Amino acid sequence: MKAFPLAGKVATLIFASLVLVACSSNETNNNAAEESAAAEAAAAEAAAAEAAREAEAQAAAAAAAEQQRLQDAAMSVGRVFYFDFDSSALTDAARAAVDAHIAVLLGDDSSVRLEGHTDERGTREYNLALGERRANAVRDYMVANGVPSYRIESISYGEENPVAFGSGEANWSQNRRVELK
Amino acid sequence: MRYLLPFIFLTVAGLTSPCTYAQLQIEITRGVDNPTPIAVVPFGWSGAGPSPEDIARIVDSDLARSGQFSPVSRRDMLSYPTRGSDLYFRDWRAINSDYVLIGRFEPSSPGRLRVDWQLFDTTREQQIEAGTVTGASSEARMLAHKIADSVYEKLTGIPGAFATRLLYVSVTRNLNDKDFYRLTLADSDGARPIVLLESREPILAPSWSPDGQEVAYVSFETTRPAIYRQNLRTGAREQLTNFRGLNNSPVFSPDGNSMAMVLSKDGSPDIYLMNLASKRLTRLTQHYAIDTEPTWMPDGQSILFTSDRGGRPQIYRYDLKTGKTIRVTFEGRYNARARVAQDGRNVALVHQQGGSYHIAVHDLVTERLTVLTQTQLDESPTIAPNGSIVLYATKREGKSILGAVAVDGGVSFNLPARDGEVQEPAWSPYLP
Repeated sequence: MKAFPLAGKVATLIFASLVLVACSSNETNNNAAEESAAAEAAAAEAAAAEAAREAEAQAAAAAAAEQQRLQDAAMSVGRVFYFDFDSSALTDAARAAVDAHIAVLLGDDSSVRLEGHTDERGTREYNLALGERRANAVRDYMVANGVPSYRIESISYGEENPVAFGSGEANWSQNRRVELK
Repeated sequence: MRYLLPFIFLTVAGLTSPCTYAQLQIEITRGVDNPTPIAVVPFGWSGAGPSPEDIARIVDSDLARSGQFSPVSRRDMLSYPTRGSDLYFRDWRAINSDYVLIGRFEPSSPGRLRVDWQLFDTTREQQIEAGTVTGASSEARMLAHKIADSVYEKLTGIPGAFATRLLYVSVTRNLNDKDFYRLTLADSDGARPIVLLESREPILAPSWSPDGQEVAYVSFETTRPAIYRQNLRTGAREQLTNFRGLNNSPVFSPDGNSMAMVLSKDGSPDIYLMNLASKRLTRLTQHYAIDTEPTWMPDGQSILFTSDRGGRPQIYRYDLKTGKTIRVTFEGRYNARARVAQDGRNVALVHQQGGSYHIAVHDLVTERLTVLTQTQLDESPTIAPNGSIVLYATKREGKSILGAVAVDGGVSFNLPARDGEVQEPAWSPYLP
């Protein structure tokens, strides 16, 4: 399918070269052979460029497929990273999840917002600082792995936006988190 | 109507009256042993039409809420005198009332009220105090609170703090959508709530200017935290900060000229001072740890704040003259969010004990810490301007409510919202 338009373009280029030759032949006949050679070279060059474009398109398609695969992988690990009580250290599970998102970020130029959250225990304003510490821990890990810091914004909500209401570790553990948006 | 403000709706208004969400109720949970019996007789009204307000009922409720008085029921009163000449001490001793408060009120000029009151000791059979308060008719409740302040001071020796106001954040949870946050202003008894700001994003850390004319708070309305100040008379609002990172804990200095706040724009959260006229910032603390929750000592010479520079959150004190910081609290693993009483001695804070977060008072002189509450998730203490009561936020059945406890550990009461939740209380200073 793709061979026909390519052949057509080459034919058009050759025709254009012949017209050029025809025009210039009035001025001098000595250039005719050179013009002919140039035309052949131009045609070959065009064919090569087209082939390169072809290869590039294939590579882009492959890269897009790879990026899609990374995005799917990132989606499957989720956009929420959980933390231990009173800790802003990335757990192994959180690190693995963030890794999946880093892989996506290294393949595109998107920006992310990291929202840090805490459970309800302790004071609200201190928890805002703890939430920021968690968001920054994810940010710093991303930056250390090559994501430019200007593409990352970290915001802390402290204990303001719980996802699980009520007390007890079952709820608290769901609220100690950083959400990637 | 000095405090009738234009409502600022950040989201499209289309709600039923926001005030019904913000309205507080009062439930007294513990009084003192042997509260003083006092009869607050219905005040006589001599204006045209029905009485605009039940002044005596408001005074009665204030005194009951203090826990130090047990007001006599109107049903038990043998008569309702409004003048001293109509008062028979024998009748009041018969129902075991140590004191009797009577009064009368009338329009003094169009739109204004004059209230005269007299306080009697039924044992000594004499008037022990009397007074007159005047003000706008629309402020009749405030006039009643002023009378309660005078009676409370006469009988306890401590100035009353009933004629003050509360600032708090009421929250209505939406299970499938964003919550509603309402910065609300109400009288100290929860009456007359006014919504100052409504947002679908969090509102936090409200605080008062020393003259009671302005408030400051943190709002996430832009989806990022920023510090705002708002004039209560005019409703005029000004955004003070919009830095990358935390913009938190705004507290006016005692002279009203500057504001301490928490910013993390330079890395970790630190305490900054903003000159409110020039908006110039001075960084006070420089530590890689968390420094947050500043609060002023009443003399304006130093600031208490929370820091985890020692590994766990504790209260520290920054001296503005010397620039030196010293640690204040040592008892327990978690002491945070201090508020200092006007005496400069009692510091209300959040203290962790056995996994629970209680309100405690740390005495700066004796360096003793006394736990005041038994509930488990207490936070945001704020002290009445007379230093007698700590108001705070706590959780009951999963919902945020306000609690109050006497600094001496005596009386306690709860102030749940009629609907929704309520958090982040800030008690006003004495109002002019």
